Amino acid sequence: MALTIPWPSLLGGILMGSAGLLLLLLNGKIAGISGILGGLTSPNRKDFLWRLLFITGMIGGGWLSIYLLGTPFPENYNASALIIITAGLLVGVGAGVGNGCTSGHGICGIGRLSVRSIVATCVFMAVAGITVFIRLHML
Amino acid sequence: MFYVIALLAGVLFGIGMALSGMVNPELVTAFLDISGQWDPTLIFVMGGALAVFIPGYQFLIKKRAQPILTNDWSLSKNNSIDVQLIVGTSLFGIGWGLLGVCPGPAVTSMLSGNSDVWLFIVAMMAGLIISHQLKTKVL
Repeated sequence: MALTIPWPSLLGGILMGSAGLLLLLLNGKIAGISGILGGLTSPNRKDFLWRLLFITGMIGGGWLSIYLLGTPFPENYNASALIIITAGLLVGVGAGVGNGCTSGHGICGIGRLSVRSIVATCVFMAVAGITVFIRLHML
Repeated sequence: MFYVIALLAGVLFGIGMALSGMVNPELVTAFLDISGQWDPTLIFVMGGALAVFIPGYQFLIKKRAQPILTNDWSLSKNNSIDVQLIVGTSLFGIGWGLLGVCPGPAVTSMLSGNSDVWLFIVAMMAGLIISHQLKTKVL
């Protein structure tokens, strides 16, 4: 198998790492998307505004990448509404209970060499791998 | 300035997320499907992010008493690997494996015209609210 480096993916990762670093170094905040979203569900918190701005920026960043860079996005998730709702609920409950997701544990947590985040990332990757195996090769 | 940085970090994170290809669940599923046609692209995404974040944290952040624009670090002091972490990240893994979508890519896709992303977002936000109730009342 010839190994070709997927440059846009590498660059995308570098941009996300830089954004996470910027938010922590200047603002002292962790760029964990589920954590930032979770904080938005209780609007009386004093740090509501920065969370809203970060999420607005992300939505805008996605939009900009389509119109400036022509980045492809899928038109749909090619799954039933039941699967989409179930996946969304599990991702939300799981990230909430486990205090983080792919960005918070996977980038910022591992980036701080936090053992808790390294364990968390290994667990969700393994469980997601098993789920995909069952979905694609057993059902 | 604090709020400008929050918005800017969000924009950078969103562009990175779009460029990386993680907004496409097929890429995520192909990475998680190690017994099929394994696609290692996600390693480059995470590798790129960590290649910036790990040295940035070690050399710029760790030695600082406080962030540049605020007084305190909002970092988790929780180092325990407990049942809550394992159960939460496992549920997250099932949801992630089921559809190939996690919080960051979903937020980035909100204005992309993806007809399924809003359903996922609503379910995920409901999940985050449920997790908050679980944590305060049950766990």
